[in-house]
Amino acid sequence: MTVVPGSPRSRLDPEPLPRRDWLGLASLWSAGSAMLFALLGSMRLPKAAIVAAQSKGFDVALPESLRIGEAFVPPNRAVAVFRDAEGVYAISTICTHLGCVVKPGAEGFECPCHGSRFKPDGAVSRGPAPRPLAWLKVTPGDGIFHVDEGKTVPPGTKVTV
Amino acid sequence: MSTPALEELKSNLRAAPKRILDTAFRSGKPSTDRTRSTFIFGNVFLHLHSTRVHRWTLRWSTTLGLGLATTAAFLITLITGVLLMFYYKPYPDAAYQSIKDIHFVVPTGRFMRNIHRWAANVMVVAVILHMARAFYTASYRKPREFNWLIGMGLLATTLGLSFTGYLLPWDQLAYWAITIGANIAQSPREVTDAIGITDWFDPGGAQRFLLLGSDTLGPEALIRFYLLHVMILPLALVALMSVHFWRIRKDGGLARPAGADERLPDPAGAMYPVFTQAPAKTYSLAAIVKGRTAAVGQGPENTVPSMPHLFYAELGVFMLTTLVCLALALVSDAPLKELANPNVPENPAKAPWYFLGLQELVSFSAFVGGIGIPMIVLAGLGLIPYLDREDSGTGEWFGGSGGPGVVKQALVVGFGAALAIETFAIRFGWIREWYLAAPQLLITILNPGTLLAAAYGIYSVWLVKRHRSARAGALGLFTCFLCGFLVLTAIGTYFRGPNWVFYWSPSDWPRH
Repeated sequence: MTVVPGSPRSRLDPEPLPRRDWLGLASLWSAGSAMLFALLGSMRLPKAAIVAAQSKGFDVALPESLRIGEAFVPPNRAVAVFRDAEGVYAISTICTHLGCVVKPGAEGFECPCHGSRFKPDGAVSRGPAPRPLAWLKVTPGDGIFHVDEGKTVPPGTKVTV
Repeated sequence: MSTPALEELKSNLRAAPKRILDTAFRSGKPSTDRTRSTFIFGNVFLHLHSTRVHRWTLRWSTTLGLGLATTAAFLITLITGVLLMFYYKPYPDAAYQSIKDIHFVVPTGRFMRNIHRWAANVMVVAVILHMARAFYTASYRKPREFNWLIGMGLLATTLGLSFTGYLLPWDQLAYWAITIGANIAQSPREVTDAIGITDWFDPGGAQRFLLLGSDTLGPEALIRFYLLHVMILPLALVALMSVHFWRIRKDGGLARPAGADERLPDPAGAMYPVFTQAPAKTYSLAAIVKGRTAAVGQGPENTVPSMPHLFYAELGVFMLTTLVCLALALVSDAPLKELANPNVPENPAKAPWYFLGLQELVSFSAFVGGIGIPMIVLAGLGLIPYLDREDSGTGEWFGGSGGPGVVKQALVVGFGAALAIETFAIRFGWIREWYLAAPQLLITILNPGTLLAAAYGIYSVWLVKRHRSARAGALGLFTCFLCGFLVLTAIGTYFRGPNWVFYWSPSDWPRH
């Protein structure tokens, strides 16, 4: 068939962007973007909105016999609570190196896993621990103290009743 | 009164057993060259093998059977693991009790658990040795570069499987090893803390949370490790293994030296008769296969049918591996300590033995030992086939520039440097002991792990210059890292006691 310039487009002429190609590309892109958004959405799955763990806050009643510099470790808590002339304070006993529970003693804290040592105020005195032990927020109550493992305070923060 | 139809039915019934066998194994007895081939490619489980195999491949010194031993150990863990799943309950405390049940109540349960444990250890050893074999015979070279990378994926998956399995008994050993492991995942914080950006960029914390599903090691973590151990990682391993095996075929079988044909002795009389004429050109597939196909110009003179030669060898390795696992399981029980206690760390808390080298480095800097050095090693290993583009010595033990001489020298350098730096650190301590206020970033950059890696790196660059060959450098570096791994693992395993203090023997440990 001869094509006369300027004549209307023939049924047999190739389309500028073939319809099938356009449909193919469109479905490819929409499938791709649907997958991408589904993936992004499902990446939220591994992190639950509420974490299954015991509450971070707890109340502690210090025994009268607790001496100055002696650690009181509440049951099932990785926290050491102290009382001295200036007040009450709590130091986390989770090693800042790799998360082992450090043991409070007369000269400070000792980590059994890789030999880190901490002074009585939590400062690193030896070993691989990169940071001092965290001081935790203590709020005085009626004869008890509320300790929050989730909130840290600057070292040296002590509270009185 | 029997009709012909009934007679026919009776004779069909008599012939049924033989016909069932004939239809199952359609090629008949593998007694001729043709039936030996159809036996392999007509069988879904065998057709990953080529129908003929080069005699060089079958020499025991070519591979030492290490890849197959790894596969065999994996199959053993797969079977015993599925059996253990009948009783195991992935929930804290119940998990521990179910392991105790498996140990004391379930018939053969203890034996199965022992085999599982030992086969897992055999698999780790075999996969490391297999990698060393592939490296020292320069088998990673073109066209096998990518299969080397797949192999590294297999190594990482194998270690991941072992690590995730370590938590499942939920005893003290498991609990504290995984606590340390999860905090190693968090150790990028050592760096982000030091430069003060943890509050808005905390990849370490995200990694740890992803692993544990919570802030603490609890039921969420156990179910995640269980899922990884029995589903995700085994599937990944099987997928990678399939690609690994398939590519061996596609890359023309195992690497062998150029002169392998001349160096092989004449085949024994019992060997199956061989072809004489090599094809001068390829016919089929030429349009879609890049380059020459493996058969051009190479006669099958030195090949033998895989059935039975290769299969006997494979069966031998499988049986030997099984024998080793069973023997170890008979003489030594898998450990089970007290129920996990989140308040009292195990002292010393040790990871599986193959991570104790890293744990030794971690005792200087968590980030360097747990993440920095492993990343450097993985990146270095992965780059080897792309940096060494030479072709001398492929398929030879310790082949290539430098050769066995470089390896011997590197053994001395590797062991010497690792022992020297460890001796120094054990004898004199490290920066924090001399200068308490040292910034953490300084310790992260300067510690026995980074110094050792730097020493090995410098030695290897010197080798490249001296021998004018990347292969010589690679030989030196790989050997050095192997030495470092051995020294650190041995120290972590045998010479570290409570509080990670150095002791010559566990008898010297203090009583507590």
